Amino acid sequence: MIRAVMVISTQGKPRLLKFYEFQPPEKQQEIVRYVYGALSERPENVSNFVDADSVFGQGTRLVYKHMATLYIVFAFDSSENELAMLDLIQVFVQTLDKCFKNVCELDVIFNFNKLHTILDEMILGGQVIETNSDQILKHVDDIARIEKSSSTTSLVPKSISARFGR
Amino acid sequence: MVFDLSRLRGPKNNTKLQRDYRLRLTNMASPPPLPSSTSVLSSASSLADSLFQRSLDDLIKSLRSDPSSEPSIIARSLSEIRREIRSSDPLTKSIALQKLTYLSSLHFHSMSFAAFHTLELLPSPSPQTKRLAYLAASLSFHPSTTELLPLATHQLHKDLTSLSTSSSSSSFPFLPSLPLHLLSLASSADLSSHLASDLVPLLSRSSPLQPKAVAATYRVLSLCPSTVPVLFKPLVDCLSSDNPLTVSAAVGAFCELSAPPNDPAPYLPLAPEIYRVLVNSRSNWTLIKALKIFSRLVPLEPRLGTRIVEPLSKFLRESQAKSLVLECIKTVVSCLPTHTEAMRLAIDKIKELLSSDDDPNLRYLGLQTLGMLAPGHLWALEESREVVAQSLTDPDRSICHEALRVMMAMTLQENSIESCTLLVRQAAKSDPEFANEILDSVLTSCSKDFYELVVDFDWYVSLLGEMARIVHCTKGDEISRQLVDIGLRVRDARPELVRVARELLIDPSLLGNHFLYNVLSAAAWISGEYVEFSKDPMELVEALLQPRTSLLPTSARAVYIQSVLKVLTFSCNSYIDESSSLVNDTVIARMLSLIEMTVGPLAESEEAEVEDRVRNLLGVVRLVANIKDLSGDKDKDGMIYEVVRVMDALFSDEMGPVSANAQKKVSVPEDLDLKDNLADLSEFISDNDAAMSRSNPSILFYPQSRNASEEVEVGPTSVAESTSLKEHRKRHGLYYLSTDKETTEPELTEDYPRVNETLPPSNGDTTRRVKVTKLRPTVVKLDEGEDLATSSSLSTKVEAMKDDPLSGAIKDVLLGKKGNGASSSFDASSSSQGKGKDKVKGKEIKSKKGEEGESKDRHKGRRKHKHRKEPAPPVSVAQETPVIQDFLL
Repeated sequence: MIRAVMVISTQGKPRLLKFYEFQPPEKQQEIVRYVYGALSERPENVSNFVDADSVFGQGTRLVYKHMATLYIVFAFDSSENELAMLDLIQVFVQTLDKCFKNVCELDVIFNFNKLHTILDEMILGGQVIETNSDQILKHVDDIARIEKSSSTTSLVPKSISARFGR
Repeated sequence: MVFDLSRLRGPKNNTKLQRDYRLRLTNMASPPPLPSSTSVLSSASSLADSLFQRSLDDLIKSLRSDPSSEPSIIARSLSEIRREIRSSDPLTKSIALQKLTYLSSLHFHSMSFAAFHTLELLPSPSPQTKRLAYLAASLSFHPSTTELLPLATHQLHKDLTSLSTSSSSSSFPFLPSLPLHLLSLASSADLSSHLASDLVPLLSRSSPLQPKAVAATYRVLSLCPSTVPVLFKPLVDCLSSDNPLTVSAAVGAFCELSAPPNDPAPYLPLAPEIYRVLVNSRSNWTLIKALKIFSRLVPLEPRLGTRIVEPLSKFLRESQAKSLVLECIKTVVSCLPTHTEAMRLAIDKIKELLSSDDDPNLRYLGLQTLGMLAPGHLWALEESREVVAQSLTDPDRSICHEALRVMMAMTLQENSIESCTLLVRQAAKSDPEFANEILDSVLTSCSKDFYELVVDFDWYVSLLGEMARIVHCTKGDEISRQLVDIGLRVRDARPELVRVARELLIDPSLLGNHFLYNVLSAAAWISGEYVEFSKDPMELVEALLQPRTSLLPTSARAVYIQSVLKVLTFSCNSYIDESSSLVNDTVIARMLSLIEMTVGPLAESEEAEVEDRVRNLLGVVRLVANIKDLSGDKDKDGMIYEVVRVMDALFSDEMGPVSANAQKKVSVPEDLDLKDNLADLSEFISDNDAAMSRSNPSILFYPQSRNASEEVEVGPTSVAESTSLKEHRKRHGLYYLSTDKETTEPELTEDYPRVNETLPPSNGDTTRRVKVTKLRPTVVKLDEGEDLATSSSLSTKVEAMKDDPLSGAIKDVLLGKKGNGASSSFDASSSSQGKGKDKVKGKEIKSKKGEEGESKDRHKGRRKHKHRKEPAPPVSVAQETPVIQDFLL
């Protein structure tokens, strides 16, 4: 299964973290630090795989992609195929790209919820459920539409309308 | 007038009443019915909160605008959030929760305090708020930390079933997918068992959420095996779904369920289903997962191999998808080694991967799969030796790692010299971290099974010396251990050891490297202990007493001084015997004056160990000085000669390795009561226990306590040998150290209890050794304990597997229900088909045997399930159609 999906900036700041096995916050911080350390010392044009035995346990590996100012990292175990994981990163990036039109780090920073929505349409509990970026995007848009349609009833700014609406 | 007045008053009264009423209404609206002053306050602050609440975007912006004051910004917003989240306004609350989720997820602040508020928001009618709440819950909830989790049960149930109950107009099944995520990330066994039945409709053919439900079902099953009777059948049905995504998810789920450490055996009956997927599916994702399942099933049922080899070869030949090809290679290499045709294809593909110069990923994976070929197809590894050696210098650390692993995998006795020399040269050129990894793997694999890989110990010993000199070497402890260990075990290697030790000792530059102190200590011990092989004792004494030895830690220093004593004794003895041309009057004189001059000041050392040894040494020096004075008249003072001889005899006894089990093999005298009155001693002996519990090969040069040193010296007498080892020794006695010599203190041997000789005959090592002893000097081995240890751990592992409740439950469903039917139908149909293939009765026998073994287990399981099923909703389990289909092999 996929153990974790991480997006970390080249400065070492986490931009998106999703662990498919529960990790308490302190452990998460430790993992991010380790992963960033391992990735930042790798030169360009090398393979995209790194052993992750010391953080995720025996037989686990990281696959990452370095895109501009971001590392996109998936951690996975022996039940996943290495090249398939690499493809999956590609799918994720593609989806982000389509969703934000030339995605950049700022998009990732300011769309915390949307990123989770996208990821949730792709992976559930560490299992891949959809690998077609168009389909993923369609589901994400559907969700956005549902949420919008229920909130358009109140055009007044949220808190005021809520307060005086009673 | 009166009328008028009343008319006037009426409305007035009314308005007043109305005003009162309004006031009361507002009071009622303000959330908690508290004393009025607080109520006004809280209502005001809550209003301010919601009017001026900062959104998540505001928070992110402020964090970004001033990164230096991040902690204070976070602290401030956390305190805001703590206030806001108690608000009665759901939107204020949800935004607070959103901010908190963000801070918790990306800035690692605990949000456990908000668990209840998260639960409060789960039932929100607003989809947006609901989703926020679910996200917060799935990121932060876990049974181990969230006590409130059971409170979510009802809401999850409601949301999971919302698809069927509500006539939702929206096309997208929004609601039930939220709890699925939560269920798969943060569920407990309890929650799983309560909600299992709600998943069943979602797994059905018509459900638009089938793939998601399948993925969540896997989590529920693995968390709570008692849900198997409810969920397993629908999950199996998903394998034959029309929706390719569902099939993919289902195959993925079975891939997880059968993954180690789980026992894949219960999924064997699913082989036909999975085979069908393997043949029919067009999705590489699905195929990869199906192959992974087969790679776990084939070792259990080798005949499956013949079945899948055909599609596999087809993929290998034709598929354009590298990921699928890779998976095929892995499957073939790991479980179809007997199918030569497929194997050849796979090896060709591996070479293709290795030669893809432009893609480091493929080279990495090529090396990885190449490593899997060992030890069965070493020839294939040999063929790629050059590529592997080249990969050791790759800028990519991952590739270097794999190359190192492959290199070690293909290292045999025949090529160990070549491989290890290459690796150590490479280590000298690599960066510190990788250099030490190389050294580590060379050291571990060469010392494995009593240096099985090493044929030429002279070479290995000098390699150890070379390793110690590598600039970044931090493996001093292991190197020193092996140096001493080889000294004790391999007699033929001693001259070379002494030579290597000398080179290490005379090099003053090594004394500055604190990683090497142990190595130097070992070298000093070796040169003292085996001084008879030393070419120039004087040089040795000079090296041991060189000024920079003051840099050494006390422990090493003590060994140095003790070694000087040994060298001195040896030199005096050979002077008396006139056995060595190197030792004459002047040499002894120089040696004595050098010792006295350099060691003398240390007599006042504050370190007890050093001081003690220095005083011993100085005592001998003064004694020997007398001989020097009487030179030319050697027989005059017999007493002094006698003393020197005794001293020499004391040091010339050989030290042998000590068996880790030595103590156990000593039978306890009958009249010795070991159990009584020892309780009060526990505090005294705890230190020594630690020393005793060390495994055999760890040798103490430097006694941590007096008792520990006795332990080492006494040990060799209690050595036991299995009968086969004895026989073996008789045949190859030439190479063995004679048993008598292994006793350090002969007077102790006499009354030392006899060793228990009835040991299990033959361990693998001794028999294997017979074949190779021709060239190789013999290595003294004493331990039979290791094999025992591994076998026992293996058996416990097997037991653990059997106890796995999940696989037990699945066996119940798959095998138990129609156990007999399955085997008979298997028989009948195989004969009716009548293909030319061998009909092996083995399977039937095996499965029956398995059933007998499990029957007890199964009954227990069934009873349990019936019991559990009662409260569960009516999901039919008993009258299901057979899950297992005939799969002809």
